[in-house]
Amino acid sequence: MHQILSRETIGPDVCRYVVEAPEIARRRKPGQFVIVRICEGGERIPLTIADADPQAGTITLIVQTVGKSTLQMSRMGPGDLLADVAGPLGRPTHIGNFGTVVCVAGGIGAAPLFPIVQALHLAGSRIVTLLCARNADLLIMEEDLKAVSDELIVMTDDGSRGIRGLSTDGIRMLVDRGLAIDHVFAIGPPVMMKFVCKLTGELGIPTTVSLNPIMIDGTGMCGGCRVTVGDATKFACVDGPEFDGLQVDFDELIRRLGAYKDREKEALEHFRSDCRLGQ
Amino acid sequence: MDAKERLAIPPQPMPEQSPHERIGNQREVPQGYGPEAAMKEACRCVRCKRPFCTEGCPVGIDIPGFLEAVEKGDFALGIRIIKRRNVLPAVCGRVCPQEAQCQLGCTVGKFHHDPTKSVGIGKIERFLADWERATGKVEMPTKAAPTGRKIAVVGSGPAGLTVAGDMIVLGHSVTVFEALHKPGGVLVYGIPEFRLPKEIVSREAENLKALGVEFRLSTVVGRTYPMEEVLEDFDAVFIGSGAGLPKFMGVPGENLLGVFSANEYLTRANLMRAFDFPANDTPIFRGRKVITVGGGNVAMDCARTALRMGAGRSLIVYRRSETELPARIEEVHHAKEEGVEFHLLQAPLELIGDERGWVSGMKIEKMGLGEPDSSGRRRPIPIKGSEFVEETDSVLVAIGNSPNPLIPSSYPAVETNRWGGIVANEATGQTSVRGVFAGGDIVLGAATVILAMGQGRIAARAMHAYLLTGRWDDLEQAVSAQGGMQ
Ligand SMILES: Cc1cc2nc3c(=O)[nH]c(=O)nc-3n(C[C@H](O)[C@H](O)[C@H](O)COP(=O)(O)OP(=O)(O)OC[C@H]3O[C@@H](n4cnc5c(N)ncnc54)[C@H](O)[C@@H]3O)c2cc1C
Ligand SMILES: Cc1cc2nc3c(=O)[nH]c(=O)nc-3n(C[C@H](O)[C@H](O)[C@H](O)COP(=O)(O)OP(=O)(O)OC[C@H]3O[C@@H](n4cnc5c(N)ncnc54)[C@H](O)[C@@H]3O)c2cc1C
Ligand code: SF4
Ligand code: SF4
Ligand code: FES
Repeated sequence: MHQILSRETIGPDVCRYVVEAPEIARRRKPGQFVIVRICEGGERIPLTIADADPQAGTITLIVQTVGKSTLQMSRMGPGDLLADVAGPLGRPTHIGNFGTVVCVAGGIGAAPLFPIVQALHLAGSRIVTLLCARNADLLIMEEDLKAVSDELIVMTDDGSRGIRGLSTDGIRMLVDRGLAIDHVFAIGPPVMMKFVCKLTGELGIPTTVSLNPIMIDGTGMCGGCRVTVGDATKFACVDGPEFDGLQVDFDELIRRLGAYKDREKEALEHFRSDCRLGQ
Repeated sequence: MDAKERLAIPPQPMPEQSPHERIGNQREVPQGYGPEAAMKEACRCVRCKRPFCTEGCPVGIDIPGFLEAVEKGDFALGIRIIKRRNVLPAVCGRVCPQEAQCQLGCTVGKFHHDPTKSVGIGKIERFLADWERATGKVEMPTKAAPTGRKIAVVGSGPAGLTVAGDMIVLGHSVTVFEALHKPGGVLVYGIPEFRLPKEIVSREAENLKALGVEFRLSTVVGRTYPMEEVLEDFDAVFIGSGAGLPKFMGVPGENLLGVFSANEYLTRANLMRAFDFPANDTPIFRGRKVITVGGGNVAMDCARTALRMGAGRSLIVYRRSETELPARIEEVHHAKEEGVEFHLLQAPLELIGDERGWVSGMKIEKMGLGEPDSSGRRRPIPIKGSEFVEETDSVLVAIGNSPNPLIPSSYPAVETNRWGGIVANEATGQTSVRGVFAGGDIVLGAATVILAMGQGRIAARAMHAYLLTGRWDDLEQAVSAQGGMQ
């Protein structure tokens, strides 16, 4: 059992939780995630470790409500217990001084991106962060990212904050500005990562992405999280979640994410109607 | 009763749910002997001077001994005899491939020229274990005085549970680390409820807890807890991390939607109890026409689970013939009764997808049988020009599992073989690292419950000797010096 110590709403449908998990806090590295089971009978859902405090023995999770489990979690607060938190899972990000790095966060992707930016910054890379979202309301973690970036550029699809445009427009803008980009990290919705990688591929810039396929065990046992990278099938939970974005088959990833759409809707309806009954 | 009378007793049938009824539920298929049937079945044993049954049992249970006790109605003695050698009789009685082990060489089966007419050793073993549980007369072993030594067990499958049980009784302090949220390994995530009720597995874990074994669930050694630190904190370690890495076929289309590894499908159904969705949150895809590829127990479990998930048709595609099916005879028999269709001597060439990326068909090639290969089974040979397409909406890949790479990859100090298994001394379970032992599927590759338990036994015995003597290079001698520990 892991206690939730605090919960704070940081955007529409996005909450930041601080959770007691001393061993994970001590050992986690940027890029790693945990598998959370909220309650008995619950799903095992993967969530990135957005931050950790080894002294306090806590980890930070940033969660967007998209379906049954995340909705249920959004209704939990300080003092509530999560049934299981397993981790840290996945390979840590390869951190080093990469020179000039552009970090692209799309929507909730800011959460998994944050610990990476933090570590790259510490390792001496020069960092330009593109914080992108559909509109101003959906921007999260701006202050956190700003503190660890040399420059932070806010972009929205509709122009309601910062520069109007997509993340790919942001990268083009930086290139036009004459910035010599050594590496790109992009985390966000698969479609966004797909188009970023299409562009960086054309520009010849090495690009790392973090993939979010459906997972169950998170230990390499089920193969449900498999993704195609280059010619090989990889298990994102143990071989990733980060991969060379220029090699990833994003169309396949996007298709596979939709596998349980109807069933997930059913679970959500069931949960909502249960709650209504309970009231 | 003389031998002739004994041989005249017909095998006692075990009541079963009818095929039609059982595919609509998750309850166990065979419902177990009552005391009379068990006693009568035990009477069929002719008490051989040389019991081939005991020789065939990987843990050497005194089978004629427990059968005699059952015949006399002394069930408490019967279960005590079994438990001297086997700590999970309720499990083994249900899932051991008896026809290839204890019942293979049974004199009674030989006499009838029919191995299925051997004494129903597994059925009686199951009866005793269930009787013990039902009467609540579970005898707890007495623990030796505390030794002050601490051991860690990685993985809570049958190998790990066996080591934990043996070592706690010997007076050591035992902590079991398990990556998943429930103990039991394949017994909880793989083997379905209708073959092995999960209640039985959790009871076994509860008994170990009552003896003082500590379980640390959702703890992944090598991630949550690096092996190096485990070695600092404990006096010895047993690795029983299993063969949890699913193999895929490597044919085009394998990543289409609707194609699952057996592990994924069975984990959703069993560990996450997706059969009770949406009361449980984890969904499972309910195909209408499901093709399972493979011919072992895992494949039978998939094909039968698919029926219980509502599939109208459930097909098994296997590249060899019926005689080579590696599954337990009983599983094949039950699968057939339930309507699973066996498409033998066929191999998938390709999976075909529809415009939305879902699997819609399997291109299959027919096979003939050639000369026996290294495994002694006749090698399947493709028949040219025999390809055809079988329509389907989901495919379950059940062609085997490889050793779990988590420990070897995070702890390269431990020597592995070229299949990724951990190298361990057969007589002691010792690995290349001092104080680290290993056994079960991580050493054997995907094998059986009882073999995993047998290896756990061997390792526990050696670990005990190691903890008492500190000898490592000649541990085997130290173990034999200790002698009749068991
Ligand atoms: C390595 C990794 C790290 C992640 N980190 C975060 C994070 O830090 N914050 C965050 O909000 N989300 C994160 N996710 C996604 C998160 O796991 C899913 O949003 C969550 O599982 C959805 O559960 P649900 O029951 O609420 O929704 P569901 O009803 O199950 O699904 C809603 C939608 O979410 C997607 N989804 C469903 N299950 C999963 C799953 N197991 N993994 C990924 N996507 C899924 C599906 O596309 C589906 O359409 C991460 C995913 C992965 C693989
Ligand atoms: C579907 C299916 C059906 C089967 N049917 C039969 C049958 O009818 N009869 C039979 O005899 N055998 C059967 N088998 C085989 C049998 O189940 C296995 O041989 C046996 O379970 C192996 O036991 P084990 O203890 O070595 O490992 P497992 O049972 O595989 O347990 C290993 C455990 O270790 C955990 N683990 C792995 N890595 C770590 C880590 N780093 N840290 C912490 N924990 C870790 C895993 O999560 C798992 O729980 C079947 C197998 C399957 C998959
Ligand atoms: S443990 Fe298995 S092989 Fe041994 S007697 Fe029991 S059922 Fe037979
Ligand atoms: S081989 Fe068969 S008949 Fe002989 S002792 Fe064993 S169970 Fe009895
Ligand atoms: S989540 Fe099961 S193998 Fe990755």
